[in-house]
Order: sequence, then structure tokens, then C-alpha cells
Amino acid sequence: MAEPMLQIHEPGETPIPHAGTETAAVGIDLGTTNSVVAIRGDGHTEVLRDGDGRSLVPSVVAYAADGSAVVGELARRLLLDRPDAVVTSVKRLMGRGVEDVKSLAGTLPFEVEPAADGGMVRLKVAGHSLTPVEISAEILKALKERAEDHLGRTVDRAVVTVPAYFDDAARTATKDAARLAGLDVLRLVNEPTAAALAYGLDEGAEGLYVVYDLGGGTFDISLLRMEKGVFQVLATGGDSALGGDDFDHAVAEHFLAERAASLGESSLSSAEVKMALMSARLAKECLTKQDAGEWSLDADGTQTMHRLDRATLEALIAPLVERTVKLCDGVLEDAGVTAADVKGVVLVGGSTRVPLVRRRVAEVFGQEPLSGINPDEVVADGAALQAEALTRGSDTLLLDVTPLSLGIETMGGLVEKIIPRNTPVPVAKAQEFTTFQDGQTAMSIHVLQGERELADQCRSLAHFELHGIPAMTAGAARIRVAFAVDADGLLTVSAHEDTTGIEQHVAVKPSYGLTEDEMSTMLYDSMKHAAEDMARRLITESRVEAERALGAVAAAVAADGDLLEADERARIGDAMTAVRSAAAGDDRDAIDAAVMSLEEITRPFAERRMDRGVRRALAGHRVEEFDGGPDQDADRGQE
Amino acid sequence: MEKGNQVAQIRRATAPPGEARPAACWSCQGPVAGTEPFCPTCTAVQPPAPVDHFIRLGLAVEFDVDETVLDRRYFDLQRQLHPDRFATRTPRERTLSQQQAVALNDAYETLKDPLRRADYLVHLKGSGVLPEGCHLVNDTALLTESMELREALADADTVEQVDGLERRARQDIADCIEQISVLFGDGDLEGACRLTTRLKYLRKLAEETRVRRAQIGPGV
Ligand SMILES: [Zn+2]
Repeated sequence: MAEPMLQIHEPGETPIPHAGTETAAVGIDLGTTNSVVAIRGDGHTEVLRDGDGRSLVPSVVAYAADGSAVVGELARRLLLDRPDAVVTSVKRLMGRGVEDVKSLAGTLPFEVEPAADGGMVRLKVAGHSLTPVEISAEILKALKERAEDHLGRTVDRAVVTVPAYFDDAARTATKDAARLAGLDVLRLVNEPTAAALAYGLDEGAEGLYVVYDLGGGTFDISLLRMEKGVFQVLATGGDSALGGDDFDHAVAEHFLAERAASLGESSLSSAEVKMALMSARLAKECLTKQDAGEWSLDADGTQTMHRLDRATLEALIAPLVERTVKLCDGVLEDAGVTAADVKGVVLVGGSTRVPLVRRRVAEVFGQEPLSGINPDEVVADGAALQAEALTRGSDTLLLDVTPLSLGIETMGGLVEKIIPRNTPVPVAKAQEFTTFQDGQTAMSIHVLQGERELADQCRSLAHFELHGIPAMTAGAARIRVAFAVDADGLLTVSAHEDTTGIEQHVAVKPSYGLTEDEMSTMLYDSMKHAAEDMARRLITESRVEAERALGAVAAAVAADGDLLEADERARIGDAMTAVRSAAAGDDRDAIDAAVMSLEEITRPFAERRMDRGVRRALAGHRVEEFDGGPDQDADRGQE
Repeated sequence: MEKGNQVAQIRRATAPPGEARPAACWSCQGPVAGTEPFCPTCTAVQPPAPVDHFIRLGLAVEFDVDETVLDRRYFDLQRQLHPDRFATRTPRERTLSQQQAVALNDAYETLKDPLRRADYLVHLKGSGVLPEGCHLVNDTALLTESMELREALADADTVEQVDGLERRARQDIADCIEQISVLFGDGDLEGACRLTTRLKYLRKLAEETRVRRAQIGPGV
């Protein structure tokens, strides 16, 4: 498309700035414990670091009384002094409902606001009531700023990674957070897939690979086939509530039990729990290198000392590690392969530094895992590669799958699966359902995600109702429920009744998500430049459309220019010039109008081209018929 | 003779005579042949053509599919049509690329799996011959076989026994696929249909061995 356009430029004219040249696109690994931002340029990935050379931005947000936020190392340092104003591990709450959080009660180092009406969780931080989306947006803003400082230009587009096992609600929440931070999400990419991309492209890996990704709060396992620039995910599994945080928790419980044994039971404040978790984490990290150590616990004004050696640590976390091993087995079985077929194992996530994890992974797959790329940076590296591929083009092909089955609830609380797990995305599938009572005029559709057979054991994604079904006998209505999952792994559901044609369409944005209203209020509240930002986006869209229209006309003129009289050609040329000069300005309506008038002026030309096309096709058809390959002969013989 | 008729039917169903008439490209308004994913003039991506899975992936309409060729065709087409290629393009192009990728995934998933491929091919070829499809096969031998295997599985209480049943099911599956291939080759649609149903049962059984093994407990 670019080349015909060049031919038509008059000397001295400047082409429309391409929608990708003035701003930059980055790759972001938004982690439970730490986040990383990277950018690709000049054939290599640069992981962006702070003044001290640190790439990891702790995913920690501290709020001041006025609501302003501090992110990263500084926020982490405030954790001990002002624990009530600091949030950690917020990723664990993305897309979670109040009910989910109850089941995690006590394992989360924050105070959850009791919300009466289900819906998204809110946290009480420094006297403010905040959603996980808003808190994550602060982390993303900090990463965006780091990139902008580094590059000296606006960064407004990003590839953001999510755990492969993230469900629809968590993916939507992540995308919303990016929007709040002023980032357009080019693509949500699964973390293990991003890591595989980095390994495949940087290290030239080919064959069947397993990515074992154990982060702070999530575990993902993906099996991929990699060859010649193709990254095909064959199966994926995991647990979105299993990670290094749980190791810390096991150790903290051990310390607290020891303490209770000597001092008696006492209830701890959330600040004290946070401190216990910090000591536990320190212990876990130290024991990756040394064999034993001693840590202190301060609470209620008394200090206790706790000795821990590596063997005890491993006994404490072994049940958690075995859960990951079981999930590995399941993924291999899903794909119908054995550990012996696996050519390499890529370790991702800080928790894979724990010696027991490495040992068990090596045992399960019968080989030492690969460690060519820093496990903390490999996901951001892959995200940056994908951001480059999406904005500047690439031959790499990334084929991912749905991590969890999608379906709807049917009679008796059962689940009818419509899209099974490990189906390549994008995917669209439909299934017909019918009424079960005479005269039934409405149908409730309950969208579910998960592998269990009973609806209440799966994750509820949305409820919606289809009204206006004509009263018929039971079983007569034909209701088609269609599921579509896009390349980001996001689901849209629509329902359609055949005899009346009534239709309902829902982007699944429901049970635990933010409504569009809440979203726009947040955008308005949190971004002084929300309006400008929106205007910039709209003008970019119009420019892209102008570019498309110019390219199309230029190509048509190049192909069928002989159908044009000189004066018509001149008029088209003028209209194109008008589009180009409109697109160089900032008036979106002017661009749209110029594009419309270009399409109007070229309509007669298009009709002549179509006539010629039809004549040529008919002529070609006749030639083929008389040419009579063996197939055609056979065909005619039977008729 | 019967076989020949079926082939003719497919030709009509998948390549209607009207196809010779080109459609108008939505972007430059020029002519585009019905099955082309891209406009030959302005290169804009087009809506997916209404063709069967075999034609979409450029394969002959037959049961035996070379997996390497299938993969290559699929990758080549996805490389051009996947939404990742259109991330910075107009909304219309993004939507069309998604529709194309959905159609490719559907074709690939169907043809990659021998069971789904057999089922699809029976429906494609047999719509006139076997109006009821493969679901109403009244095959007592098959029913007895599947009941016996299921009972054996329910009675199995060691992992070794389950493993044995699974090995047997897998072998039966491989044999069944081979026989289906022969029957399609001979144009025996009814036979292929019957064995496709058997393959469904065998698959389900293999699936159930996995569940049973999990029930019996650890020990792997
Ligand atoms: Zn065109």
C-alpha cells in the first residue's frame, strides 16, 4: 500500500505522518510483585532502568491523604512506616468480586471495604476507597512516565502482559487500568507466550517448549510449538491464585505459630501481618543462597527471633510446588505429549529462583531449565517484541489459545460448554438453545468460565436476559447464543431469536467489572487531559482512515488509470490533495469530509472498474471451461 | 456411479456458478474474485469467503490430510490474515482480519483432528445420502462394545488396569482412523459414518480413563 502512494505524491508534498511514527509503543509486564517496561529499537530490546540500574518497579502504590500516589521503590519503603496507606499485590484482586475476596480473607495484606452489592472489590487506603483498577493504573502511569523520560517523547500505546490463566474479568480489568493510565492497549499478551517469544527470537529456540511461570501471585504453564517464527500455543494451564506470595504466607504462618507457642495466641493488626510477611519474604529470599538464618518478628511491642533452614522452608512450601507439578502434568496430557517430547523448559518469574522449584521442574522434565534470559525481564522483553511487531510489522506469528472453557448455564445448573479450553483465538462459536416452558417469553443467559460441570463451581462472567421471545410451545423457539473471543482473549456474547430476529449483544463487562459510566467518571476524575487525550485518539483514527482511502484510490488509479479521462483524473488528484492537506491539520471533521468527498468523486470510476472486472471474469470463466482440465470433464460427465 | 454423484454435489455446494462474478472491494470498489482474502488492486483485506474448510486451506476434499501441509497452509494464511497484522489499521480492517482468522482457526481445528475431520467430511459429502447424519446409527455391536469397555473401566481399581484400558483404547483409535481412511477412499460413506461414531465412543472412553485415573488417586 505504501508504494502506490509514493507514486502519486506531487513533488514537494509531504506524506501524512503515519499513525505510528510520532509516539512510541512499549511492552509492559504488569506483575504481582514487580513490574517492568521495555522497548524495542535497533534490533534489540532495551529494558528501561532507573538511575540505580534497577529494571524492576515494585508493584507497590502508596497514597497520600490528598489522594496522590507514589509508586515503586519509594512506596515500598513507606510500607513499614505507613502500612495503612500502601497497597501491594493488587494484581491478585484484578477482576475479583467481593465474594472471591472473602475466600482469600486473611491472605491479603489489605483492608477490603465491605460492599453490599457484590460488584468490584474496593480497598480502604489512607482514607480513600479505591478499586484495583485505579491502583493498577497508578503502576502503569509510573511505567509510562519512566518510558517517556527515557525516550523523550509521548508513550501512549503498549502491549501489556497478563497471566495466561487470567479469566475474562481480570483481562478486562487490566485493559481498563491501562486506559485510565492513558495507554492504548495494542494487545494483551499472555505472559508465558511473551517469554517464549523472547526466547524464540533472541535465542533461536525451535521445537516443543514449556514455559513454567511462577510469579508473585499467579502460576502459568504453557506448552508451545516454536518454529521458523511461528509460536503456536498447544495447551495452557495454571492457577491464578498461586505464587511466591503463598510461599511467604506459609513461612509467615510458621513464624507466627512459633511465636504463639512461646507467647500465646494474640490477634495481629494488618500492619503487623504485613511486617510478618516481609520477614517471611526476606527469609525465603536469603535461603535461595544460604542454608539457614534467623529472622525477627515485632508485634505487640515484643520481638521474637525465628531460625529457619532450607530443609524446613522446603517442607513448608513443598505442597505448593507439588500443585504446580500436577498442573504441568495436566497440560502435557491435554496436548497429548509426554515430558520426553519437550525440548526445553523456560523459567519465568522471580519465584523460579527458589531452589526447590528449579529442582522439581528439572525432575519433571528430565532436563535443566533454560536460563539464558533474566527471568524477571523476559516477559517484558517479549511484550516489547510484540509491540514492535504490531506497530512496525513482522513475520512472527503468535497463535494463542483460550485458557479456560466458556459456556452457559442450562437446566439444572449444568454448564454447556461452547468454546472448550485450548481453542486457538480469535474464535467464534454459536449454539442453539430453546425454551423449556410453554409460553416462555424471556430467557436468562448466564455466561460461565471454567472446567467444572456445575454452574456454581465455575466463574460467573455475566448474566443477561433475552426478552420478547414470542409465546410458543416449549422447545419451539430457536435461540442462538454466539460467543466470540478476540486476540486479546476478551469475550463478547450475543443472543438471537430466529423466528422474530430479536437480538441482544453484550460485551462481557459484568459481574466484577466496572461499568462504562464508572469508567468515564474515573477517566474524568483522574485525567486532567482526558478530553485532549480522547481528541488525539479520534484524530489518529481519522488519519488512519484517510491513509487507507488514499492508498485505495492510488492503487485503483495505478491499475485502471486508462479508464480515466484527463479531467476526471485531475479532479481525483485534487480530491486526494484535499485529503492530504486536511490530514496534515488537526480538524477531524475536515479529514472525514475530505475522505467522503474523495469517495464520492471516485464512484463513477469505481463502477467502470467493476464492469471491466466482471467482463474479465466472465471471459476467464469461458476460457477455463474450454480449457477443460480433467476435473471439469469429470464434472460434466456426471451431469 | 454413486460416488461420482456425490463428488458433483460437493462441487456445486462449494463452488457455485455465480462465484465467477467478482465482488466489489469495500475499500477501492474494484473487483475481487470470490475466494480472494485480499483485493488484488489495493490489497485491502476482504471478508472470509463462504467456502468449505478444505478449500479455505487449499487442500483436496478428502480424508487423508498431510499434517505438515495442513500446518504450513494454516501458518502461511494466518501470517497474512491474523489480527496482529492489522493492529494499527482501520477498525473495518481489524474486524475483517478477525473474521478471517476465526474462519481459518475453525478450518484448522476441524481438519487437524481425525474425528472432527471425519465427521465434517461425512456431512459435507453425505448431506444427500445420509439425511440423518451419523447420529442415528443403530449398531448393536458398537453399543455392546462400548458398554463392556465402560464397565471394565468402572471395575478397574488400580492405575495399571486403567493404563491397560487406555493403551487398548488408543490402539483401537489408531486402527479405527486407518479403517475410516480406507472407507472414505472407497467412497463408502455409510461405512465411514459408522466408524466415525465408533471413533467418538473410543475417544470418550480414552477421556474417561484419564478421569478414572485421577479418581483412583496419585501414583503416577
Ligand atoms: Zn481494493
